[in-house]
Amino acid sequence: MSNNALKAGPSRRALVFSGLSAAGGLAIGLPFQAFAAEGARRVTLADGQDSHPELNAWLIIDPDNSVTVRSPHQEMGQGTSTALAMLVAEELQCDWSKVRVEHASANRNQRAGGKLYVTMQTTGSSGVRTTVPIMQQAGASARERLRTAAAQRWGVDLAQCTVESGRCWHKASNRSATFGELAPAAAMVQLAVEPAIKPPEQYTLAGKWTPRLDTSPKLNGSAQFGIDAQVPGMVYAAVVSCPEFGGKLASVDETPIQGARGVIAVVKMDDAVAVVADRYWRAKAALGKLKPVWASGGASSVDSAQLDADYRAALDGPLVTAREIGDSAKALAAPGAKVMEALYEAPYLSHAPMEPLNCTVKLSPDRVDVWISTQSPMAVLGLASKLTGVAPENVYVHNQFVGGGFGRRTQHDEMIHAIAVAKQVGKPVKLIWHREQDIRRDRYRPQAAARFRAILDPDGKTNTLSVQVAVGSLFRSLGLDKVESGIEHPAVQVIGTHPYKIANNHVGVILKNTHVPVMFWRSVGASQNAFFQESFIDELAHQADQDSIAYRRAMLQDRPDYLAVLDVLAQKSDWAAPLPRGRGRGVAILDDFGSVAGAVIEVTVTKDGKVKVDRVVAAVDCFHAVNPNTVTQQIEGGVIFGLTAALYGEITIKDGAPVQGNFNTYPLMKMAESPPIEVHLALTGGKTWGGIGEPSVAPAAPALCNAIFAATGKRIRRLPLKHADLSWS
Amino acid sequence: MIALTVNGKYYDLDVEDDAPLLWVLRDELGLTGTKFGCGIAQCGACTVHLNGVATRSCVLPAKKAEGAQIVTIEALSSDSNHPVQLAWAAEDAPQCGYCQSGQIMAAAALLKANPAPTDEDIDKQMTNLCRCGTYPRIRKAIHRAAALAAGKAS
Repeated sequence: MSNNALKAGPSRRALVFSGLSAAGGLAIGLPFQAFAAEGARRVTLADGQDSHPELNAWLIIDPDNSVTVRSPHQEMGQGTSTALAMLVAEELQCDWSKVRVEHASANRNQRAGGKLYVTMQTTGSSGVRTTVPIMQQAGASARERLRTAAAQRWGVDLAQCTVESGRCWHKASNRSATFGELAPAAAMVQLAVEPAIKPPEQYTLAGKWTPRLDTSPKLNGSAQFGIDAQVPGMVYAAVVSCPEFGGKLASVDETPIQGARGVIAVVKMDDAVAVVADRYWRAKAALGKLKPVWASGGASSVDSAQLDADYRAALDGPLVTAREIGDSAKALAAPGAKVMEALYEAPYLSHAPMEPLNCTVKLSPDRVDVWISTQSPMAVLGLASKLTGVAPENVYVHNQFVGGGFGRRTQHDEMIHAIAVAKQVGKPVKLIWHREQDIRRDRYRPQAAARFRAILDPDGKTNTLSVQVAVGSLFRSLGLDKVESGIEHPAVQVIGTHPYKIANNHVGVILKNTHVPVMFWRSVGASQNAFFQESFIDELAHQADQDSIAYRRAMLQDRPDYLAVLDVLAQKSDWAAPLPRGRGRGVAILDDFGSVAGAVIEVTVTKDGKVKVDRVVAAVDCFHAVNPNTVTQQIEGGVIFGLTAALYGEITIKDGAPVQGNFNTYPLMKMAESPPIEVHLALTGGKTWGGIGEPSVAPAAPALCNAIFAATGKRIRRLPLKHADLSWS
Repeated sequence: MIALTVNGKYYDLDVEDDAPLLWVLRDELGLTGTKFGCGIAQCGACTVHLNGVATRSCVLPAKKAEGAQIVTIEALSSDSNHPVQLAWAAEDAPQCGYCQSGQIMAAAALLKANPAPTDEDIDKQMTNLCRCGTYPRIRKAIHRAAALAAGKAS
């Protein structure tokens, strides 16, 4: 951040990714013409966003030629903010070194009826792919208005004015003016027609490996995450919820902490208790001395063994048909049919972002301010309004850098606690979920079981594939939808959407929820379903005595995108090169979130059963890559996220409560286990843009388990691997 | 009262002896670059230098840091120009960035003790957790930082 930005203090919106100062200038955005009519009015936002004479809300050019892009999406590491700025700059033809990003204002969006920045939700690998046309048009519209202002200034024909790197030119008279000089006049320009967008082949910036705009503050401690919010007069709160989901707080004896230094209050909530103190560590230490009495919600005898049995039993139906190609039932019932069958299982998983959930709130009778790391500032705004009774137009969400989200930060349970505490103590509050609360009060990736039955043709080709899957409904658990059809996309991702050509393919699903809350998780249904299906396809290839890649290729002849990814994987992984026993390669491929993703993983398994991932070759077709740098990061990180889950990830339930609570019991992959990851983009272009935050996660588990089979002959049908005996002789 | 020397400045602080150093840094001194991740010295997001040694501050009572030179991410260098920071920038190591203060402090301490670490040294010494999966780039960045410090790279 610049000195100016720092001097502006907390009233300034926190997130400016580059080191430039800010003063009045031009802002341009969508819907362009509607906002242009308002002319160069000065806008001051009550949440401290800079004032600028602006046409509208997406793009500002200051007198020093700096360009500020207001991103409607949140930055939680996925690089969207840099990619969106690149799309603007590509059209604007500005000096890239002068570009910075700040978060768009949720409050302003609310006041515009939610029509300005629309959902502002950063989920489902959608940040770039849903925002491409908006950012492109913002840049193109600004460029044309700057060019028009230049032509007017010089009294020359618009057609003779050109734009290069942040400067408009009239080459015939050798005159030029910077964007910063032209911005005030450009702010008054209304275009008769919005300019066309460049075709990808004319890109000069988009598509090039570009350093992130948010790296610099993340190297020196200056990046502000939600947990770093400082509000004058604030107090701190630590909270613990009832261990059993659905249980309630019965009572809590406050005497153990009476008189403890700094302790301000004990706040009793429906299913949780918080201690408020003048410092966080005092609140946390005092909380540890309380022995809350909890009332069971009726699930106090539930454990994972029972849940495992329940999910297996659910596979026997009744099921809702999610896909029916041919007639699987008839094929399976045919006399003499040789049916292969396998049961696969996956556990609950926690999100465990490195920044535990936390929230800082300041309540006033007519205004609410919230500092929070969120994937959905509009959801924060709406919930804060509901909880306080303050009109949504008077709720201000101060977006911060997000220290990892992975889907968790669309539900703001931590804010419910923070607002309850702030109401009671009448002061601004920073409430932090300690790690155990963060993991034990997570809403998990659902537990699931799937049963596969298959029949092969005499030549080994898959003739019939019948799948039953039992899994929790995310939408029901979150209260978003009753899912009356009995089918939701995450439940049947991959299993019900795969492109393999199979004569008879039936998918039956039962949405089965328990008292354990579930929700979206980086790639969610695709992650467990790809493990199930891509492992079983491997079983079929092995049964058919065919090569795993060749076996898949034969079923994908009308999918050039899949074939391209498989070709890259085969070539780059040295697929055909033999490996000795104890070493093996495995492959997996699927499409989710608009992209095709595959991986070949190579492992060594020692005779006593220790697995080492030696190498990962990952390939993705996301059709276009705005910034190959951040796309590569997402693939690297997604692979590690997927491997972590496969190797270690599980939340188990005992006495109705989650057992794991911190990184000693919910371990993450470390540097020493992290393999070399080679990333290849197999881009086939076209009109659609694929997502990139999630697609590389799901291939990791099946590719790993298929490699283990190749190395040892042991088939893994239940995760995590840490429980599997992989020894061989 | 506890007397701490943090980033070259001396502080007399009215805090309990068992106040964790992490929270003293964050909430008493406003040095929020050092992060809370787990509270049990598992993740390393809270890593600072005590007399040049990488130390997990979330479980260290502040009293035990008396007399030591404590350095946090904010003072690793004057202008983000420590070889580790330069290398981190060159490799674009961070994603969400939350663990990176700790990763950088751990790497800087590693390089001070071992100016040319092998991959095995990195595996052994770099035990900080990263949920975004930046390990491949951190590994590259550490090798680059070693080369930078030795004058072999730019």
